Amino acid sequence: MKTDTHFAFFDEGSKKEIRRAIIKAVAIPGYQVPFASREMPIARGWGTGGLQITLSIIGKSDVLKVIDQGADESVNAVSIKKLVHDTTGVELTEQTEEASLIQSRHRIPEVALTKDQIIVLQVPMPEPLRPVEASELKTKTMHAENDYSGAWLMLFEQIMKYGKTATAADHPVYVNDRYVMAPSPIPRFDNSKLHESEALILLGAGREKKIYAVPPYTNVESLAFDDYPFTVEAFEDKHCHICNSTDVFLDELIDPQTGETIHQCNDTSFCMDQLNKKVEEEAQKSYV
Amino acid sequence: MYEEPILQVRNLQKQFGTGCIECRQKETRKLVKNFCKSCGTLYACQDISFDLYPGEVLGIVGESGSGKSTMMQCLYFDSDVSSGEAYIHTPDLAGKNIFEMSAQQKRFIRNYVYGMVYQNPVQGLKMNFSSVGNIAEKLIAAGNKHVGQMEATSKKLLENVHIPLHRMKEEPRNFSGGMQQRVQIAKALSNNPPILFLDEVTTGLDLSVQANVLDLIKGIQRDLGISMIVVSHDLAVIRMLADRTIVLLNGKIIEEGLTDQVLEDPQHEYTQQLVYSLL
Repeated sequence: MKTDTHFAFFDEGSKKEIRRAIIKAVAIPGYQVPFASREMPIARGWGTGGLQITLSIIGKSDVLKVIDQGADESVNAVSIKKLVHDTTGVELTEQTEEASLIQSRHRIPEVALTKDQIIVLQVPMPEPLRPVEASELKTKTMHAENDYSGAWLMLFEQIMKYGKTATAADHPVYVNDRYVMAPSPIPRFDNSKLHESEALILLGAGREKKIYAVPPYTNVESLAFDDYPFTVEAFEDKHCHICNSTDVFLDELIDPQTGETIHQCNDTSFCMDQLNKKVEEEAQKSYV
Repeated sequence: MYEEPILQVRNLQKQFGTGCIECRQKETRKLVKNFCKSCGTLYACQDISFDLYPGEVLGIVGESGSGKSTMMQCLYFDSDVSSGEAYIHTPDLAGKNIFEMSAQQKRFIRNYVYGMVYQNPVQGLKMNFSSVGNIAEKLIAAGNKHVGQMEATSKKLLENVHIPLHRMKEEPRNFSGGMQQRVQIAKALSNNPPILFLDEVTTGLDLSVQANVLDLIKGIQRDLGISMIVVSHDLAVIRMLADRTIVLLNGKIIEEGLTDQVLEDPQHEYTQQLVYSLL
């Protein structure tokens, strides 16, 4: 079935409502703004929050990149790209530098973002206090009163149990010294990229009906105790087996033939870039 | 001799319901116990006033539904009062009605000035967090951000309440009722609060454990000189702990005085009945 939809799928009324929520979110960094999450052609929990933000801010001249866990070619990323392209006709890209709008699930690209870019993150669980408090009314009050002992308590419990903070992803952050925010399940490795980011960061939770934001050049600090400083995943002595990059977030894989543990860039477009650069360099050399 | 009270409560009122023409006037209202028959409003606390002095243990007795727990909840800000005033005489809070303070200030008082031990440990503890974590929660709320220090403080407190240290990382849901109650006491004491509320702490515990917990409370009171308000319907508990006692009936104070005096020579009809019905 192919029907002629409005530009960017939504009617203008819906876009207006979502844009209002976004503006409020930008005005109060880290504060979760409720919005009327729409029924989308993909299921809730599959990136509807991010998709709704993308569709309501995209313009005809935008260049879109969609990532799913660092990959440009995964099913979810491709489907979202197709939907946005079919309803807007905007240009698509896999190059981080070329994109003006990036929708991402659980990663921030390795290439530093610029002030001309917006990154939209898909959020499954926007409330960092939910594991300690089930009631929305109470968590809202806790945010209002700057009562974040619950978020700290979770980290304390992890230290008691495992001797270190054990958040694999979604390590809570203090935004602008005021709100504690769930940065969506990005690895701790990416938390530092939120701090003083040049690009606008928008976060959308479709199922939980919340939008929040980190405006450019905002202080973002990961929660950490005085005697247990914040650490990121370490990949010492490890490198990508394809492009040899270090200092990037690596996936650990097991080679099915040899049974060996190998590492590979999680950001596929970054990995491809490195390979292309190498090929170019070699071509240059052989030309001389 | 003329000591200044640390906590002053004046005309505390708590009602459930809006009230009607027949029951709004305090002097002329006709209630069945504390209940207005024509509009269904319940007057849980009526005009409760008392003072709590530093280092003193104040006992509050009364039958079920007499307003003891409601009064405690109001003082601990678990529920709002209908009207009334309360003052805490510490340098930074003196002269201000704590019931009219902002939510942040109330939270400050809960974290720094008050300790609370509920009758049901489920209310005071997070059952799925470790015992150390439960104590640390209060320390974190008071601004502590050093894991080592908090762990050391928690250990010391748990030792004080006789929780074996090899079980300190266990969740309180694995503990017996008496142990849970002792963890709760350790938590309440973590910030050295000047005022401690104990709401029916020994109810539901067997006699030997009861004695244990009471012994612990008595010891804490002696060593730290904390002011306590002890709510109980058990006169034996009151006799053992309290210096002064207030008797509540239908939300009103009907008798107050030194514990010995109240228990040996009760004046009010209801208190007499209460004392003589002691098995």
